[in-house]
Formats: sequence, C-alpha cells, structure tokens
Amino acid sequence: MSPLIRWFHQLGSPPYFDRFAARWAPWAYALALLTMGVGLYGALFVVPADYQQGDSFRILYIHVPSAWMSLAMFALMAVYGAIALVWRIKLCEILAMACAPIGAAFTVITLVTGSIWGKPMWGTWWDWDPRLTSQLVLLFLYFGVIGLYAAIEDCRAAARAASLLAIVGVVMLPVIRYSVVWWNSLHQGQTIRVFGESSMDASMIPPLLWMIVGTKFWAIGSLLVRARADNLQREAGKDWVRRLAGAQR
Amino acid sequence: MDGKVTLRSAACALVRRDLRLLWRRRGDALQPALFAILVVVLFALALGNERGMLAAVAPAVLWVAVLLSGLLSLDNLFRGDAEDGSLEQWLLAPVPLAWLVLVRTLVHWATTALPLVLATPLLAELLGLPHDLLPVLLLSLALGTPLLSLVGAVVAALTVGMRRAGVLLALLALPLYVPILVFGAGSMSAAARGFDPGGGLLLLAAGLVLALVLAPVAAAAALRIAHA
Repeated sequence: MSPLIRWFHQLGSPPYFDRFAARWAPWAYALALLTMGVGLYGALFVVPADYQQGDSFRILYIHVPSAWMSLAMFALMAVYGAIALVWRIKLCEILAMACAPIGAAFTVITLVTGSIWGKPMWGTWWDWDPRLTSQLVLLFLYFGVIGLYAAIEDCRAAARAASLLAIVGVVMLPVIRYSVVWWNSLHQGQTIRVFGESSMDASMIPPLLWMIVGTKFWAIGSLLVRARADNLQREAGKDWVRRLAGAQR
Repeated sequence: MDGKVTLRSAACALVRRDLRLLWRRRGDALQPALFAILVVVLFALALGNERGMLAAVAPAVLWVAVLLSGLLSLDNLFRGDAEDGSLEQWLLAPVPLAWLVLVRTLVHWATTALPLVLATPLLAELLGLPHDLLPVLLLSLALGTPLLSLVGAVVAALTVGMRRAGVLLALLALPLYVPILVFGAGSMSAAARGFDPGGGLLLLAAGLVLALVLAPVAAAAALRIAHA
C-alpha cells in the first residue's frame, strides 16, 4: 500500500484525526492571521483610493473573499456529504457538518459588509436583487442543514440526512454564481477573472489575493477545530478520549 | 394477477389505496384548499377594499397562498406510512423505492394542489385579477405546483425520522421553494406589465422535468437514511 493511501486510511480513524487536527489547526490559524494581516495592511494603506467610490470600496477586500468562501464551503460540504453517503466514512460526516457553521458565518459576513457598502453607494441597505436574494437563500440553506443535523437524535443518521440536503442545495450554487450574468442586477458583474484581464486595476488585486488565501487558511483551521470537537463528542466514553482527558487533567 | 409485481401493478395498488384512504377522511382532504382561501381572504381584508391595489398584488398573493397550503400538507406525505410501518414494506418492495415515491407524490399533488389550481379562477375573481392574466396564472401554477410537491417530497422524506417536523420542515423547504416562487410569480408580473411571460414559464417547465427525474431518487435516498 502506498504511503499516501495508508495515510488517507489512517486519517479516517478518530484518534488519529484528533491528533492530526490538534497538530495542524494552530498552524492553519497562524498562516491565516499572517496572510490576512498582510492583505488587510495592503487593502487599507497601500492600495490607492478608488476614483469614484473613494475609500469605501476597501470593504470589498473582506466582502469578496467571504462571498467566495460562502459558496466554496457549501460545495465542500456537499462533496464531503457525497463521500459520507457513498462510502459511509464517519470522518467525512463530521467534516461535512463542520463546514455548515463556517459557511454560514462567511455568508453573514458577506451580507453584512455588502449592505454596509450598499448604504452609501446604492443608497439602500437592501435590495431584492437576484444576487442579494440568492445569497440570503444560501444562508437559509446553511441554517436548514444545521437545523436538520441538530434535530435528529441519532447523530450518524442526522449527518447523512443533512448531507443529502446539502447535495440537493447545490443546485442553488450556479444560480448564485451566475445571477449577475443571467439577470439585470443592481449588483455589479464579474470584475475578477482568472483567465483574461480583470476589469479591476492591477494595483488593487494583490491584497485581494492575500485575503483570499487567508480566508482559505482560516476555513481550514476552523474546520479542523470544529471537526475535532464533534469527533471528541461522538467518541466520548471511548478509552482513547478518556486517556486524553486524563492526560490533560 | 399472476402474483408478479410490476411497476404498473404496484402503482395501481398504491393509487387505489391512497385514494381510498383519502375518501374515508374526505373532510381532511379539503383543508389545504380552505386554508388557501382563508389566506386570500386575510390579504383582501388586511389590504382594505382597494380594487386597484388588490389586483396589483393578486398574482403574488395567490402564489404565496398556494405555496403555504402545500407546505401545510407536506408533513403528511410519508408520516402516516412511517408510523404504521407501511414504509418498511415500501423499502422491501420488489419495485424501486423512487417509483413508489413518485407515484405517492403525484397522488398527493393531484389531491391537494390540483383542487387549488382548479379553485384559482374563483380566488382570482375574489382579488380582482385582470381576466387576461388568468391563463398565465393557471399555466404557471400548473407547472409550479407539481415542482413544489416534488421538491417538498425530498424535504418531507428527510424529516420523516423525526417525531414532529414542525417549523424545521418550513425552514428546509422554503429556501428550496424560493426559485420556484421567483419564476412563477415573476412570469406573472412580467405578463402584468405587458412583457412576454415565456421565460419564467419555460424555466419552470425545465425545473419540473429535472425534478420529475431527480426528486424521487433523492427522496428515496432520504427515506432510506431515515429508516436505516
């Protein structure tokens, strides 16, 4: 068996995952703080003010990365959910459910920063525009997954049911992603392009990239910590958890 | 009958049983329609007797009334069978579970949503909807209500393991209903402003085709999870 496959199998074991998460979560958080620190410094002090919006455009350095993460976490949750449903890997159930609160938090940040920016720029906190509405629907989908997981007593059945809901909810992701392309929207269209030239000035992009990397690391750290807590809760009463609790006392 | 169970015979048996059960409790069967009428009446009274305003909000009110009354009857979709053990027989049946789910959902639609769609001209008249909008409304409801039922079936199957689904059912179903409502009511408001309502209706039809294929499979998977 190749070492990579063996490592993958080992990671599925609760005690091994506990050690893995305990070891790497602080590193992920540290990298996240570092990259987000660099990104925020660049966003607040280095990048020039926008010729139309002045300084208020700088909120986009938080808004855009969290909006991307709100979608990415849902997709990740669905992928983990699909793995959990097909191969019944307990760890993937835990990881899928750990994605939901993180994604919900990023969605809330997106909505709040968006409306703070919208008040001076559009003159309104909220508009029933396709992108804003679909982002709100995404938040409710996250709440649905969290609620369903909490409502069913048997936690393995609960995780599988909530995973299925996440997979069903994935139909919403393309609607959100392309809502500014398909409909005439108050929200601006796509400005950052991976392929081809972005319609944003090149000097404004580096802090955004730092922030995007930073939010990824933050999500990884948060995912590990949350999954570890859920893992310990599920395994409570097993010998290795007792030993762990005893060793720390 | 040579004792062999085919898709057709299973569907016939299920339809016959569901209709007979419904007939024995025919008072209950009317409740969703009554609820929708009451919602419409509440809106009409709350908005005051202004014909112009009522006619303007009529399409939205009718759509929301139909959607809410569908939500109300959603919890009964599989619960009775889960409680008396019939659902276990479904899981063991020699026909695919998704097929039984599809038949059940369509019977449920035909007995709860279809009467409402048929009552829509009456409700539209209560709200003073312009007559030329009525065909668009009926078409959007005819496409939208089966879609609501199919999506609702997935959610109902997910919550069947719980003793009482209650508000959670609404929390799970309503976000998934939003696009259906947007396209359904959107085609109406487009028609009211003199635009072509075709776009929203075609999207509803596309969603219905997709849901007819995928929703029973997803609901069947959810039922298996709930009854593992």
